[in-house]
Amino acid sequence: MLNRTEAPLIKDAIEFSLSLKPYQLYELDNGVKVYAIDAGSQDVLQMEMVFYAGNSYEEANAVAAATNHLLKNGTVSRSAFELNEAFEYYGAYCTRACYNETAVVSLHTLSKYLHELLPVIKEMITDAVFPENELSIYKQNSKQKLSVNLQKCDFVANRLIDAYLYGEAHPYGQYLRAEDYDALTADQLKAHFNRHYLNGSCVIFVAGKLPDNLAEQLNTQFGSLNLQPTNGKPPTNNMAAATEKKHRIQNDPNGVQGAIRLATHFPNRHHPDFTKMMVLNTVFGGYFGSRLMSNIREEKGYTYGIHSYVQNHLQDSALMISTEAGKDVCEAAITEIYKEMQLLREELIDEEELLLVRNYLIGIILGDLDGPFHIIGRWKNIILNNLDESYFYNSIETIKTISAEELKALANKYFVPENFYELVVI
Amino acid sequence: MIQFEKFTLDNGLKVLVHEDVSTPMVVVDVIYDVGARDEDETKTGFAHLFEHLMFGGSINIPVYDEPLQVAGGENNAFTTNDLTNYYCQLPAENIETAFWLESDRMLSLAFSEKSLDVQRKVVCEEFKEHYINKPYGDVSHKLRALAYTTHPYKWMTIGKELKHVEDARLQDVKDFFAKHYTPSNATLVVAGNISTTAVKQLAEKWFGPIPAGEKYVRTLPAEPVQTAPRSLEVRANVPLDALYKAWHISSRLDERYYATELITEILSGGGSSRLFQALVKEKKLFSNIECQHFGSFDAGLLTIEGKLVKGVLMKDAEAAVMEEVNKLTQEGISEKELQKVKNKTESMLAFEDMSLMNRATNLAIYELLGDANLINEELARYQEVTAAGIKEECSRIFNENNCNTLYYYSNN
Repeated sequence: MLNRTEAPLIKDAIEFSLSLKPYQLYELDNGVKVYAIDAGSQDVLQMEMVFYAGNSYEEANAVAAATNHLLKNGTVSRSAFELNEAFEYYGAYCTRACYNETAVVSLHTLSKYLHELLPVIKEMITDAVFPENELSIYKQNSKQKLSVNLQKCDFVANRLIDAYLYGEAHPYGQYLRAEDYDALTADQLKAHFNRHYLNGSCVIFVAGKLPDNLAEQLNTQFGSLNLQPTNGKPPTNNMAAATEKKHRIQNDPNGVQGAIRLATHFPNRHHPDFTKMMVLNTVFGGYFGSRLMSNIREEKGYTYGIHSYVQNHLQDSALMISTEAGKDVCEAAITEIYKEMQLLREELIDEEELLLVRNYLIGIILGDLDGPFHIIGRWKNIILNNLDESYFYNSIETIKTISAEELKALANKYFVPENFYELVVI
Repeated sequence: MIQFEKFTLDNGLKVLVHEDVSTPMVVVDVIYDVGARDEDETKTGFAHLFEHLMFGGSINIPVYDEPLQVAGGENNAFTTNDLTNYYCQLPAENIETAFWLESDRMLSLAFSEKSLDVQRKVVCEEFKEHYINKPYGDVSHKLRALAYTTHPYKWMTIGKELKHVEDARLQDVKDFFAKHYTPSNATLVVAGNISTTAVKQLAEKWFGPIPAGEKYVRTLPAEPVQTAPRSLEVRANVPLDALYKAWHISSRLDERYYATELITEILSGGGSSRLFQALVKEKKLFSNIECQHFGSFDAGLLTIEGKLVKGVLMKDAEAAVMEEVNKLTQEGISEKELQKVKNKTESMLAFEDMSLMNRATNLAIYELLGDANLINEELARYQEVTAAGIKEECSRIFNENNCNTLYYYSNN
């Protein structure tokens, strides 16, 4: 007779050995590095060209994002429409994204069309012209989108909490207003383009089923451009954190929920506490079974979801707790968040919970090493953070071995209520 | 080509196995043939609320999540108007944990008052977060209610109103379980590093003993053919006017579906698509515009929606949308444009199949549609669509009497 009350035997995930598939490294004639993962069963690939052209490098607000976006809106020889069609005819996607330090041009395509599309990408990063008409449409539509977003409590809360943590003059704390879009000029975009794309620094990541002559194809298109292989010293940013820690904002008079954000400064990936915090944070608010989820969602029903995480920043960073909760229970939810911090400061995590979290994290990493896009994602993170593969293996080791005592000490170091910025936007 | 094998247990549970030895993981996906369309109109939102309760403990296992996490797994679920799907991914060595957990909650739930009480609140917060506390959050609710007079697609998966969720009682939960959560109403898909032989043995062991239950037979009222245009005006505290139009389209298994999908790509599938180019870039009437279809099992809707540039009149914006739609209907498309959207579809399908989880879920959905092998036939069906077929489908869809329009005005 089947005994359904007894769990089947398992192999503890911490007994698994994990390995990160090594990349192939090519160097183009100009020294630009190409990291490649050749794997996968589908005939598709993705290529990301990472430029050090994010908002840390901009001369005025919104310039970096606008430049990055409008790379695809007109070159010397093609209109925005023609550029879009060049990709879409082959069923390919060319997307752009702008972050704090980096700005990325990505291509997703069936591998067989790569050679048709690389010349188009090259055109964008060498011959973009930033037409006035395109800029004016961009400004208008960005402002319209912003006006809608400003009605959302979560959007407003995300802007404000970063501004409190870093100050508005810091690239991580800066946020955009309608006036910033109004002030944009094509000359600013051209100058940013000239400095940070045309004569900037770049790293390339490619993954998927790769053509045999990949290195040659990339070298033909990008090898003779005036790109630098490594980024110079990143700009120094002065943090100017807010002095007042507690904030309550009424944004929407008809709001039925509040966006809650609690945050405190936390070091970046180079600090030994970073990987340790990965484990502590998982226990606290980093997965569905976390303390915060169990208490505030599954026990009290205050929210649809609550999460904590360390911001993915290259330099200064922060530990963040984020949720949207019923308007009437926001303050109660905050009280519970502090209670959960206190428990982790005062009591050791028992072995059962700790083993669960170790197994869970290893299982997640194992699952996340599935397929070339995930693998290159891991490498990209390591490389852009100036780390090496030991970071990956040390993280695994930390997950497998960190003790309850170390986690308690870590909680006492970082889960200090007085250090937390606290915000509710209704 | 996605290979799979299929067998059926004596109690009616269908089992599909997709072997992929390149991964150390397995995905276990259980799809139940029940969605919001199977709800009583006075108790909407129930299929989705029930999905939450499936995590509140089963007959022999007090909690679902923890044992799975101990085994290095993670899981989630989603409910649509057509179906409810549960999936988990874990290291292949620990696959039996997933069989143990999934079979126990198919056998019976714990039916706890506490779990119902909490999940009612959680779902109410989910409702608020996505549909009340967001500008334009009520659009999907209003558009469904306008376009459907009879078919249960007239309400959203989350429910028609908060009150329906708040009023859910434990007896409703028990009845719902007995009616829909039976082996014959479910399909199990196992994908990843596992053999069919091993899956057979595990399926017999864990799911085999579950009583077959009574097969639920769906009888839904068909939506009558719309015979006159319908419209609704809304005023709300939002920053921009917005226009929403919806037309009835075919069901998912109809041959017409493939032309419909390509029509949405032609109209708004990217930066070179017709609506974006004409209305956002050239005429500057909209700051964004999108054309989508529901992809629902029963006859669905194709929608065009966009936010108007400040100062543009609703009637001018609408006339411009109709001009593009009529142009497509009357003049059709070139072979080159047709090839473009077919290429895009080929690429989309290839990217979708990258993930083991997607492959498992798609196999489950296609099996629910009637035949998992449809997954391997899709591309050929898109390739068969002709320019003439697109034109013909356009004249069917974009008929004035088939149209529902929601004018959403800003109070500001």
